[in-house]
Amino acid sequence: MAPTTCTISLTVNGRPHVAEVEPRRLLVDFLREDLGLPGTHIGCEHGVCGTCTVLLNGASIRSCITLAVQADGADISTVEGLARGGELHPLQDEFSAKQALQCGYCTPGMLMRACEILAENPDPTPEQVRSAIASNLCRCTGYQFITEAVISAAARMRATDVTEEVAS
Amino acid sequence: MYQHAGVIPGLVHMAGDQSRRQHRKGRPVAGRRATGRTEEPRTQEVAVKPPPFAYAAPATLDEAVGLLAEHAEAEPRVLAGGQSLIPLMNFRLAKPGYLVDLRNIAGLSGIRREGDTLVIGAMTRMSELERSPEVAVAAPLLAEAIGWIAHTPVRNRGTIGGSLAHADPAAELPAVALAADAELAAAGPAGSRRIRATEFFTGPFSTALAPGEILTEIRLPVWPGGHAFVEFARTHGNFAVVGVAALIELDGGRVRRAALALTGVAPTPIRATAAEQVLTGAAADAATAGRAADAAVAGQSPAGDLHASAQMRLDLARAYLRRGIAVAVSRARNER
Repeated sequence: MAPTTCTISLTVNGRPHVAEVEPRRLLVDFLREDLGLPGTHIGCEHGVCGTCTVLLNGASIRSCITLAVQADGADISTVEGLARGGELHPLQDEFSAKQALQCGYCTPGMLMRACEILAENPDPTPEQVRSAIASNLCRCTGYQFITEAVISAAARMRATDVTEEVAS
Repeated sequence: MYQHAGVIPGLVHMAGDQSRRQHRKGRPVAGRRATGRTEEPRTQEVAVKPPPFAYAAPATLDEAVGLLAEHAEAEPRVLAGGQSLIPLMNFRLAKPGYLVDLRNIAGLSGIRREGDTLVIGAMTRMSELERSPEVAVAAPLLAEAIGWIAHTPVRNRGTIGGSLAHADPAAELPAVALAADAELAAAGPAGSRRIRATEFFTGPFSTALAPGEILTEIRLPVWPGGHAFVEFARTHGNFAVVGVAALIELDGGRVRRAALALTGVAPTPIRATAAEQVLTGAAADAATAGRAADAAVAGQSPAGDLHASAQMRLDLARAYLRRGIAVAVSRARNER
């Protein structure tokens, strides 16, 4: 039999980590329990709701249906990595200003998905944002405010050119 | 499972809160749900969903084939993107004792053209196929079908080979492979072989792959005409109740060649050969499309389930066949 644990090395929010994990360790549990980063939420645990969304090498993924061992060698970004030096990321700031959250459960996934949306298209239309965030469920039905927040953040980010930071 | 397939017995019930609580406490114990015992300490509870398994991520295909043979007793599974397998393991509907992860094997991912064939590595991610200019030109049916599969975060991980080998009867890519007359290359202990898509899907979640074989490559003949992938799902991104892959080549106002595949009316995706015969040589109009759609569902007796009754599946299949044929004909006209 193969060893019962595997050694993985990966970067999370710019910080390198080396860890021993069971192969069955889900990435979301690794982030929350082993690295103490509970900002990534667990919802449906089968890839439907999107609250566990993180970026793997810049691409959004469901961390509840990804094994930690599959992220070996990867660069992971979570919601904890968005704010810089105590200052909220424009997306976080606009989510707050536009009240794009009520219970907040979907917010970490929405924010990370929004990062990917704006990295691919810094100037999306509201229709494009609505279509793209269909990957993530909000049960407080805040989609309208979320769309407005993403559009406002996009404008601010175009003005201040922080697109590169989001993608990393 | 990123959506409920409905064809997996018990999956819908497994999604409930009670079963989730069991996952967190380790192996489900008979009667625990009924008695509601809560004596386990909650403070040190470790979040674990899938059952334990051994794992390897070999660097070569030969090693991967060897590991599958060596650990045959552990009922090993091949891990590609994991977007179907890991949800099943989270629910403990799949309990492989050994996972062979293909992620480190060079050469299993990529898109290339070999004459009139588009060759796609089994580990190629769906999002890469969706964005590929080569796919857009040589196999637009594939790109269009991928747009219906879940959402971007799932397509960023999910692979074409994983979807085909998983063989969910509601999935889009098996229908594409069938309609496009794809050939699927597999590697096993006895060497490599090619399997025609028409012989690949043997039942729900069952394929012609032998237990020790790994799907390595998908070979799609380039189609010269119009294409369409249309489906009905409760919401976009959910599993389709009915899906249609259509390829139509025209000769003036008539159909020269047609290929149609259909999901949702049988235990596997099916080629609608009777409908293809109706179309071939006939006028490319709505009346022909209607007769073809009727021919496609004649003799089919789908099982009704909580998603759709048998009659609804047949009605949807007819409607979406007519629509798919019309779109493919219109595109064939515009492209030629």
